[in-house]
Amino acid sequence: MSIKRLIGIFAVGVATVAVIAIAGLVFSTMGTFLVKGLPNITWQLLSEAPRNNNTEGGIFPAIYGTTLLVLVMSILGVPIGTITAIYLNEYTSAGAVMPRVIRFAVNTLAGVPSIVFGLFGLGFFVQFLGAGLDKTFGNTEAIWAKPALLWASATLAALTLPVVIVSVEEALKNVPREMREGSLALGATRWQTIWKIVLPNSTTGILTGSILAIGRSAGEVAPILFTGVVYSLPQLPDGISSQFMHLGYHLFVLSTQSPDVDKTLPLQYATTLVLLMLTFTLNFAATFIRSRIRSKQFR
Amino acid sequence: MEQATTPASPEQHSFIRKTNNIGERIIERGIRIIGGVAVVLIFLILLFVLREALPLLTGAFSQPKTAHGATTSSAAGDRTLKPEVYNPDVILSEQQAPEEFTPEVYNLDVSVPVTITANTTTTKEPDEGDHITLSNILGTIWQPVSTMPKFGIMPLVIGTAKTTFVAIFIGAPLGILAALYAAFFAPRRLREIMKPMVEILAGFPSVVIGFFCLLYVGSALQSLFGFQYRLNAFVGGIGLAIAVIPIVFTITEDALSAVPKSLLEASLAMGATQWESAYKVMLPAAFPGVFAAVLLGIGRAFGETMIALMATGNAAMVSASIGDPVRTFSATIGAEMGEVIWGSAHYSILFFLGVLLFVVSFTLNAVTELFIKERLAKKLQGG
Repeated sequence: MSIKRLIGIFAVGVATVAVIAIAGLVFSTMGTFLVKGLPNITWQLLSEAPRNNNTEGGIFPAIYGTTLLVLVMSILGVPIGTITAIYLNEYTSAGAVMPRVIRFAVNTLAGVPSIVFGLFGLGFFVQFLGAGLDKTFGNTEAIWAKPALLWASATLAALTLPVVIVSVEEALKNVPREMREGSLALGATRWQTIWKIVLPNSTTGILTGSILAIGRSAGEVAPILFTGVVYSLPQLPDGISSQFMHLGYHLFVLSTQSPDVDKTLPLQYATTLVLLMLTFTLNFAATFIRSRIRSKQFR
Repeated sequence: MEQATTPASPEQHSFIRKTNNIGERIIERGIRIIGGVAVVLIFLILLFVLREALPLLTGAFSQPKTAHGATTSSAAGDRTLKPEVYNPDVILSEQQAPEEFTPEVYNLDVSVPVTITANTTTTKEPDEGDHITLSNILGTIWQPVSTMPKFGIMPLVIGTAKTTFVAIFIGAPLGILAALYAAFFAPRRLREIMKPMVEILAGFPSVVIGFFCLLYVGSALQSLFGFQYRLNAFVGGIGLAIAVIPIVFTITEDALSAVPKSLLEASLAMGATQWESAYKVMLPAAFPGVFAAVLLGIGRAFGETMIALMATGNAAMVSASIGDPVRTFSATIGAEMGEVIWGSAHYSILFFLGVLLFVVSFTLNAVTELFIKERLAKKLQGG
């Protein structure tokens, strides 16, 4: 009996150590980047373009590029994700074949490595769609058949589709059945019910989904490696067919490929902190909104 | 209503007025079509990654593709004609080439192993006419950029296996133990802190984890274990473990909390200790879920690119030691795709690696979805 108890205490001790290790990991990484990054964040850094082979100056083009990227991504991805969620939740019943297939596809999509999305973006968007567009418009030089902001955004939209679908579906499920039935009983058609009753009551869910998707995609570098990101640009991107700079990629290049890594270390810390702040703010906002939805559920 | 010609759909709202409103029908059709996008995407991913890898079978690479040759070759020309940029004297602000660095710079710490492998190269010479033979692909030398390119994926297989193994070996126990603790032993307050904490960990962009390993973990482990190289499979594995922990924790925790509380109560009532109940009753009951968690963790570690790219040293070596630098599938794609000429043999091989990644992740996911989750559901519904 006492041996059993000892084993129990020991095992719980081991589990506690595991928790402490994880907590240590979180706090040490956060702490490191806060302490090292904060002093390097200046207005100059946030507002200026890089100078002298990216070893001096600011990271404004990277911030701008990242923002533009995730915005175009949301415009492309959120409607499709929302419609898929509407289809799954409003137009099918749980046991039917099609929704099961779609759910399986969504889960699979969530598990596909991000670099494969990058390859897909290059193979499909750039080389197939882009080349097709150039052909139809008769462009002599490649306007679309090259890595571009649009293709990177589309790739990220595909990557984050599962995130949007899952969040929106949760919100749709929270709209009580009685509201739908009331609307239908008054003679509204199914689409009228969705458009006037269901969707207005799940806007926060759609918002959460978009924010989560943006938070996820803002830090993703692998999918955009060959679909549009560049290390330095002479000017800001002027359209969806131009290439762009990106915070994560900037950090990657500065820390691994720069001729003088130590010289740019302050810049690396600052870039990391900006990137972390961006993703965390978005994630916290999404968590906050979601918890508000959950606490405010229609009984 | 009289003309209720719309086919009966299988949903529960059978009382919905059948409509012959055309707008309504168009909208419904549109939603049904867009609802299938996820399925279409899966097929498109497989199709187009395969499509670019296909020349491996037909041998039709080296020249730009005929379908849209003009555009492809001009883009490829951009890449091959890029100026040498590693001269620090050159001011690069005017630089516009898409990729302006060489892959060699990735392994800052390891320039030696590359030459080591180069020395062993001479033992096996594939025939010159066709570089992409099965024996070449299954060879032990990965040397895609040379006059006599070798595309042996064995070093990459070994590298991926090593990092994935380290990641799971460290990440899975930590994640599972932490989930057990959170589910059964943690005070309520602590439990409420733990979940957001793990969410923070999950929210770290992988490039930031890679940066952290590159800066700190590498040096720390080198001084601790005396590794010859600062960046190696073990460092990369730890980086991947950081990415794996949140996945394992979350799914295990979900599975554990899905087990009926009555099992725990019964076990405690029979005189088992808290730990015995947790370890011998609850964990086995949730086992399919835990297994799923580990499988999905493997999938993540296997496919993760940026951490592997930044923290593993990126040398395609064949060695058994976890202290040696390695190169993984995904890191190879990430590092080399920027430099290849579109349509070349090297390009196709990289897409072939992508196909392998896709197939493995798809299989892992299918196993969890179709096999394990159903079993878990059955088990918990008192089967």
